[in-house]
Amino acid sequence: MTEPKRIAMEVSIAISEAVRQCDADVISAYPITPQTHVVEHLAEIAAQGHLDCEFISVESEHSALSACIGSSAVGARTFTATASQGLALMVEIMYIASALRMPIVMAVANRALSAPINIWCDHSDAMLARDTGWIQYFVENGQEAYDMTLCSFRIAEDNRVMLPITLNFDGFTVSHVVESLVMLTDEQVREFLPPFAPLYRLDPKNPVSMGPVGIPEIYTEARKAHDEAILASRAVIDEVWADFGKRFGRHYQAVEHYRTEGAQTLLVGMGGLTESMRGAVDSLRDKGKKVGLIRLRLFRPFPHEDLRKALGDAGTVIVFDRCLSTGGPGGPVASEIRSALYNLPKRPAIVSFIGALGGRDVRTSQFAELIERSEAIAASGSIPDYEMVGVRE
Amino acid sequence: MSTNFNIFAARLLSQDELFTQGHRACQGCSPALAMRLIGKALGFNMIVANATGCMEIICSPYPFMAWAVPWIHVAFENTAAVASGIEAGIKALRRKKRHYIDTGEKIAIVGIGGDGGTMDIGIQALSGALERGHDFIYVCYDNEAYMNTGNQRSSGTPFGASTTTGPAGTHSIGQTTQKKDFAEICAAHNIPYVATANVAYPFDLIEKMRKAKEAKGPAVIHLFAPCPTGWGCTASSSIKLARLATETGLFPLYEVVNGKYALSLDIEKLRPVEEYAAIRNVRDYLYDETAGCKDAQGRYRHLSPDLVARIQEQAHARYERLKAKVRMTQEW
Repeated sequence: MTEPKRIAMEVSIAISEAVRQCDADVISAYPITPQTHVVEHLAEIAAQGHLDCEFISVESEHSALSACIGSSAVGARTFTATASQGLALMVEIMYIASALRMPIVMAVANRALSAPINIWCDHSDAMLARDTGWIQYFVENGQEAYDMTLCSFRIAEDNRVMLPITLNFDGFTVSHVVESLVMLTDEQVREFLPPFAPLYRLDPKNPVSMGPVGIPEIYTEARKAHDEAILASRAVIDEVWADFGKRFGRHYQAVEHYRTEGAQTLLVGMGGLTESMRGAVDSLRDKGKKVGLIRLRLFRPFPHEDLRKALGDAGTVIVFDRCLSTGGPGGPVASEIRSALYNLPKRPAIVSFIGALGGRDVRTSQFAELIERSEAIAASGSIPDYEMVGVRE
Repeated sequence: MSTNFNIFAARLLSQDELFTQGHRACQGCSPALAMRLIGKALGFNMIVANATGCMEIICSPYPFMAWAVPWIHVAFENTAAVASGIEAGIKALRRKKRHYIDTGEKIAIVGIGGDGGTMDIGIQALSGALERGHDFIYVCYDNEAYMNTGNQRSSGTPFGASTTTGPAGTHSIGQTTQKKDFAEICAAHNIPYVATANVAYPFDLIEKMRKAKEAKGPAVIHLFAPCPTGWGCTASSSIKLARLATETGLFPLYEVVNGKYALSLDIEKLRPVEEYAAIRNVRDYLYDETAGCKDAQGRYRHLSPDLVARIQEQAHARYERLKAKVRMTQEW
């Protein structure tokens, strides 16, 4: 086998190319910054005949996802992409897509929510969709965005899963960056991804009903079934990522460890900023500090057990959130990690930082400062619920 | 339509029941009757996308289902978008020779929503789907208010009608605005087929459903269907009132085929709207059906003679305008 060719490609375009290789049947999308490059490129691919699909240029994100449900319900491989306000507009339908068990794949170029209107990255949009019952993960870079797009269809459409997936990638700082990456051949993708073969679909030859009324006697059971389905999807996610690693040599886990050996202090992050966090860990390790990074790739189903194992023995855990739960208990990820660790007999001190909102930069050196300051905060015995960092006063 | 034609058509009607018995509609529910007729018109090779609303709720209390064809309900405002996804999905799969074997036979994809789910909250999704040219049928069954939630006003509620969110009172006449001209909005999308239909004219409805299926592109049926529960009329009067709505010119039956208007029923002399929306002795109507007021509508009980006169003017003006459009477009 020849060595795969390394190429330079914009991350949004890499995602579109992955969707082409997956031979999507229907793409339904509405333009919103910073997602536009994904759908523009897909429209071009379709217009040039490189992908045989129906490209539905809808009049809103609400209709984008609604049309995705329709096409997924007839058994078509379906893709969409959005961001920010678009995702917010979709949320009503997101709950329904997952409950109806439609394996739609959606790329979300994460962006802040209005107001004030802001087109730059943070994770407020993804956190708004937190409880929609979709499988959700956050990627760090272009290679991962490409690989995860390929894996997403296989996971979502697996008859043991049948759930939609959001693939979160940072707006601009990941989406618009030209990165070095390796693509698979179309043949390799065909071998990796079986055709979509749902057990049920809307077909006059075998009529089924989807989305009937759930009276009180059945609603709780329906929700329980949904919860069990997403929890059970974890095994398939691990299986698909393992198979991907075995075939192509790039390995993915729900929770990623970076220089965590013997670490007393662990920083937890999601999305593209974890690359800067690695730099901070490196600089502190060089100074002999026992610090490491835990990167959360899989956000739903939430990897409770993995996090307990990864964080349980640390002295201090610092969680960096790119989202504010306004008037709430702290960063959304920090809250969930606190909750995951609370029942451990011995648990670490948890420091919640919120920052990098609406595209505000947080540099490697600033992460290093936060790590050092956290140790002092933890030692003081008086830990605030959360702190917003980088606020100009 | 001649009497002979009616008898002939009735014999030809399908014996199949696609919208079956056991659903939870109220007595005298004319939209439910319309669903049954739609099923008979289109046959089993159809897929229904149903908006939240009466017809959705009455047919699908899990684990029961009145429709004998594939059926999906997603939400309230997006039914046309769901239908467009179904259409696009089948189109792609047939082209790529997956799942759906293309026998050359068209699958009728039917979006169904009420006046609230269509003219109000669903108008954007519908407009988008019509503009994109998906090959599907959209049926708006119009009972002139949000009946599923208890007779709240919609943009399909007619002038003067009392609703729970636009009630008549000492300082209000009820609905102060004009009923939205939904069929005209659809026709403005330059789609192949738009028609109004009325549950009181079943053969006309069936014929129009078939034409809608044959149209190459989007087709819209604006279907008038009274709701006795919401209108405050007796269950037995819903078809009679539906017929009166057309005979008074308040809901004329017409088609717009590729932009060309044609009346389905050319009424030489419209009946006075008094017969439909007149002030009656409502107390008699409520307690004594023999008083001759059983076809009265509670929603109009407050109307004063001058308001009835205004409704009369509106009915005439609209009907004349429609006839002018027919004349104008027939010359093309």
